[in-house]
Amino acid sequence: MSFKTKMGSLASYDKGSIDLNDDLKHYAFSNIFEVANDSKPYERVMVASNLEYCAEVVRAEGASPWYTAPHDEFAIVMDGEIEFTFFQLGDDQKPSHSAGAAKVNGEPKGKRMGRVRARRGHEVLLPKGAAYRLSAAKPSVCIIQTSAGPESVEKWSKICVID
Amino acid sequence: MNMAQTQSVKVIASAPDPVLGYCKFQFGSFTFERDMYFVHVSWPKGVHTIEVDRFLRAMVRDIGWGFFYGWIFFDDVFGTQNHYGTVDIYAGTYSKGHRDTGVDFLETFNTDDVRVAFETISKNWINEGYDPLRAPMETGSPLGPKTKDAAGPLIRGFEPARRMMGLPGDVSPRSDASGHPINRAFADMSFDKPDIEIEPGFEDQVHAFNLFDHIARADVTWNPSFTSITRACICCVTSEEHMLPVIHGNDRNEWFIQLTDEIHWNIQDKNTGNPRGRIVMKSGDVCAMPADIRHQGFSPKRSMLMVLENGTPGLEEKYANGELEPFPITASRW
Repeated sequence: MSFKTKMGSLASYDKGSIDLNDDLKHYAFSNIFEVANDSKPYERVMVASNLEYCAEVVRAEGASPWYTAPHDEFAIVMDGEIEFTFFQLGDDQKPSHSAGAAKVNGEPKGKRMGRVRARRGHEVLLPKGAAYRLSAAKPSVCIIQTSAGPESVEKWSKICVID
Repeated sequence: MNMAQTQSVKVIASAPDPVLGYCKFQFGSFTFERDMYFVHVSWPKGVHTIEVDRFLRAMVRDIGWGFFYGWIFFDDVFGTQNHYGTVDIYAGTYSKGHRDTGVDFLETFNTDDVRVAFETISKNWINEGYDPLRAPMETGSPLGPKTKDAAGPLIRGFEPARRMMGLPGDVSPRSDASGHPINRAFADMSFDKPDIEIEPGFEDQVHAFNLFDHIARADVTWNPSFTSITRACICCVTSEEHMLPVIHGNDRNEWFIQLTDEIHWNIQDKNTGNPRGRIVMKSGDVCAMPADIRHQGFSPKRSMLMVLENGTPGLEEKYANGELEPFPITASRW
């Protein structure tokens, strides 16, 4: 017997269903590809939120701003191909905010650290205190494990099944 | 509620049964006995019977998960609750019929004593050729008399990453070299490696690996692997086939992200077990599991699931005493 693994994408996804005798807002049911299809490039839309922690969906298309966070973050590519470029920051650029991703002021002034080109299923470390930038030649999608921060966008009523 | 507090107690094994070969075990006020098909759990006012495959699949996961976050129901009657230092073993405590007739019972033990007791029972009752961590189609039967003790570790796949899987000095992803071939259910997928360029001196900062490849090589099901940690936020990934052998009662919110295929979830009220409904999650779907429910998943084809947990100590008390609402997105955020 052979198996057929089903994976969603920006171009094609099949959303599941939620049928509960309960307030559906308590479950915040959404779909990553649907959210990415309705997002602007590099809008960091929360799809999961657990007190101070969250997961953000990012539609990668073209080049992103430079970001930095005071803790490790992790990106998992769910569709397409995304290039992640890493630089050290200058002393005057290091993150002063408490959590989540924030834009870097200007271009990073430190040393180049490296680059990762990642495709579906790859997980990438976005290291604490470094500057990182995403770029994608074609629309692509990743989920970022992080904390809520200055760049996090909440629009639960638009992305979730609520009735 | 009928309950007892036991500070420290050791499991006591009987001599092997002369016909079937299995030992019977006494642990606190509970007695555990198995025959060819069933496990019989008894306590001062009651007895409950569970099919042996279901019991062993639940017990080895309960051990391996360290009793997890909250309640682990082996079925609607019997299970454990983690208090992070002590563990309750209960029978009928969350079953209205048992409570109404006064045959419910709950006893609290030191965590290490429960772990040792469950390991002792499992080792005696698991025969060679049966592996309760594998999918049912990938292992032998637990039924029948005792043959030979199973070799190898009773629990496996639980070593957590400290920062991120695959970093120098951290845990490694599964591979052919580690004895983990791609599972038959994911043989149609292609697995390449990310392209990585690292400037000298940044080997512990610039890193990526194929997460799907790691999951596809799991030789266990419903058994999370910690892959990356943001402060107290833990990313767990797991390979799911057949049914979650327990019903998990949440003591905090957790989030599911369906990476491939689909899982059907039955949702119940945590305290009463009354059904609240059903959720079908397909690839790309995201859903919270609130702190006031029980859930059990059914995966028709082996699938990949990502779970985000908040491991902050003491959260269970804040949800239990009402300091935190039992759902993640509060009203003002909608």
